[in-house]
Amino acid sequence: MTTVAHAPTKAHHEPMSFWRKYIFSTDHKIIGIQFLFVSLFFLLVGGLLAMQIRWQLGFPGKPMPGGGLLPETMIVNGVILPEYYVQLVSMHGTFMVFFAIMPLLVGVYANFLIPLKIGAHDMAFPRINMASFWLAFLAGLIMFASFFVPNGPIRSGWTNYAPLAARPDLSGVTVGQMLWCVSIVVLGLSSVLGSLNYITTVINHRAPGMTWFRMPLSVWALFITAILGVLALPVLQGAAIMLLFDNVLGTHFFDPVAGGQALLWQHLFWFFGHPEVYILILPAMGMVSDIIANGSRKPIFGYHSMVFAIIGIAFLGWLVWGHHMFMSGMNPTLGSTFMVSTLLIAVPSAIKVFNWLGTMWRGNLRFHVPMLNAVGFVSMFTIGGLSGIFMAATPVDIPLHDTQFIVAHIHYVLFGGSLFALFAAMTYWYPKMFGRVMNEPLGKVHFWLTFIFYNMTFFPMHIIGMGGQMRRIYDPTIYDFLKPQQPLNVFISLSAFALFAVQILFAINFLWSLKFGKKAPQNPWDDNGLEWSLPNPAPHGNWERTPNVYRGPYEFSSPEAGSADFLPQNLKLPTDRDPVPATLPAGH
Amino acid sequence: MTQATQTVDVMRPPFPAEPGAGVYSNKLGMWVFLASDVMFFTALIGSYIVLRFGVTEPWAKPGAVLNVPLTAVNTFLLICSSVSMVKAYAAIADGKKYFLRAVPGKLLRDGGLKFWLLVTMICGAAFVGVQLVEYIKLVGHGFTPSGFREGSLLAEHAAADPVKYGAAAAGMYGSTFFTMTGFHGFHVTCGVISMTYLYFTKVLPEKYSPQDYRGIEVIGLYWHFVDLVWIILFTIVYLI
Repeated sequence: MTTVAHAPTKAHHEPMSFWRKYIFSTDHKIIGIQFLFVSLFFLLVGGLLAMQIRWQLGFPGKPMPGGGLLPETMIVNGVILPEYYVQLVSMHGTFMVFFAIMPLLVGVYANFLIPLKIGAHDMAFPRINMASFWLAFLAGLIMFASFFVPNGPIRSGWTNYAPLAARPDLSGVTVGQMLWCVSIVVLGLSSVLGSLNYITTVINHRAPGMTWFRMPLSVWALFITAILGVLALPVLQGAAIMLLFDNVLGTHFFDPVAGGQALLWQHLFWFFGHPEVYILILPAMGMVSDIIANGSRKPIFGYHSMVFAIIGIAFLGWLVWGHHMFMSGMNPTLGSTFMVSTLLIAVPSAIKVFNWLGTMWRGNLRFHVPMLNAVGFVSMFTIGGLSGIFMAATPVDIPLHDTQFIVAHIHYVLFGGSLFALFAAMTYWYPKMFGRVMNEPLGKVHFWLTFIFYNMTFFPMHIIGMGGQMRRIYDPTIYDFLKPQQPLNVFISLSAFALFAVQILFAINFLWSLKFGKKAPQNPWDDNGLEWSLPNPAPHGNWERTPNVYRGPYEFSSPEAGSADFLPQNLKLPTDRDPVPATLPAGH
Repeated sequence: MTQATQTVDVMRPPFPAEPGAGVYSNKLGMWVFLASDVMFFTALIGSYIVLRFGVTEPWAKPGAVLNVPLTAVNTFLLICSSVSMVKAYAAIADGKKYFLRAVPGKLLRDGGLKFWLLVTMICGAAFVGVQLVEYIKLVGHGFTPSGFREGSLLAEHAAADPVKYGAAAAGMYGSTFFTMTGFHGFHVTCGVISMTYLYFTKVLPEKYSPQDYRGIEVIGLYWHFVDLVWIILFTIVYLI
């Protein structure tokens, strides 16, 4: 983060010590960067866990290279033990969902973009923002610590289904389960504090002229995501607390033997879990909308319908949690209800996809690295969305549930969707964060190799899933009917190793450009957003004077723009009038 | 900028680009936090409802295990603290920063912010204290989060009259009772700690004025919410 030190210091901000500026910072941009580094670390951890899973599935019973580094309780003679395999699967999911994708999207980009894009000087509550980051960091440490306790981390999957998770005598995990619950409670608090900050900031701190329908779609998406976060995370907290008490205090919430209900856990978890799915994709959609409009040099197609589609997805997201539970023994009538509500979500999702296509249609396309990744997002999200329709239909879900088909679907929306959007966003706002641009040719090589190996890894999972391979199976070769698929498993594993190796290119590009990247011009992507009216990186406090906003964020190729093909939101044309701050009635 | 306009501004949104929520950020943030807290208690109370209607065996009769009269007094205490919170809010809105002041021609003296907030804090702390005493007594009788303790007084009663004491559902009863009331007590404790902090850093140094009493209004919102949750909990856990 040394390049940040080049930030021009404003006279009205006193110089701060290193600790105050970069560690206990209240500046939303620094907090976003802190989130970025921490969650990239957890992304790496999750990726390493995935590599071990793929080794076991591709080459069951063979000694894993480097397996000798791990203790005997996890790996014996290089071979992954079944107990450790279940822990790998559980912790891969936990780290990727809670400590990589969610903080990357919400922690990094909500923090970094919201004030910059709406013309605010900082978040509404900078100190609460700092608390939010440090709580998330603490939660990550607690979760990471569970690898080093007796019996290791959880063995019940990232969903922690009861009664397995609720009864240490069944799962064989004691401390690890408690650490999972405590970590999730702390993380939930962090998310709530972060989200209430984002909501308040968007409502109260928009610059004059930044009306609701002049907000960039990224801000809309992050705002709606924050509402989901503020309402969904407390439910998970409540559930995790009950699970913790089942493990520690001897309560019986989820233990059917003593009158509790195992299904109650599933209802609570997925009541949180399905809004969580949209927490993991809506910010990606928002940022991709900004990038696609920029790369197409055209206004976004159907801006209002995009906004209402975000709201529609978020609303419907509350009504569909039961589609995770078709096979759980829930009332089948409820299953039909959840099927209908789930299929309804296809409507706003399709509106968004067609609007992205409509934006690109006959646009003056610029395929820079963010644009490539954004288009990758749209295509992969479409595949993931279509496989989602398979599972939403109860009759189709019955044979498909708990197979590798589900694994393929979640990775098409979370890796193909969210992570491609994140590659796009990281490249796109890198100049704003660090004052330099990432290497373009290396970025393109990274995108194409990732795109190819990603599809080689995850597409065949649909096929072996339909062939019946179970989602969390330890050794696919133990069943005769799965044996013919084993060559495909080897293929997937080799592709996955290549996919992981390709990410080294991104890491190199990211780290190398911090110090040696080309200096970024003030507006490297010819964009309209307010953030590009500031120097790169932006100083603490952002603007010296709050900017005025004269138009929406997507005025590309406007005839009013003259020779340029973009028209920044804060640029005053002779025909523009200054926004009048609304007068409030007396009192409050 | 004069003192007056500067202080009026803080009670309003910072950049009124267009009428957003129309309230200042601290208040808006507290409302959003309360929305999330509603969801937290919904998870606990919803689970209680599902579990209670899920058990086939009879649930303990009201008052068989829990001390309803004592808790009724405690409920009254908490409601009183909500009243005194409103009095504190009204006092500072009228500019009464003092503790007590004699009013000519009246027997009772007039309370200011310092008095009413202190009353609220004492009522809140007393509520937590009574609840702690109740917990200790219940555990002493043999009522624990995992049910009736083997060999305890309560377990003997329950064996003699399993319907009245809901012997078969005791595990669920203990689980839900201690979790719900415990987290409510935790919320009250947090409120009392926050008010104590405000009392020494803002109220005693007289930092609040009729133009800016944001802290009092925001903690007041939280306090009334916690009070409301208790009324729901008292009804569904103790009375029915």
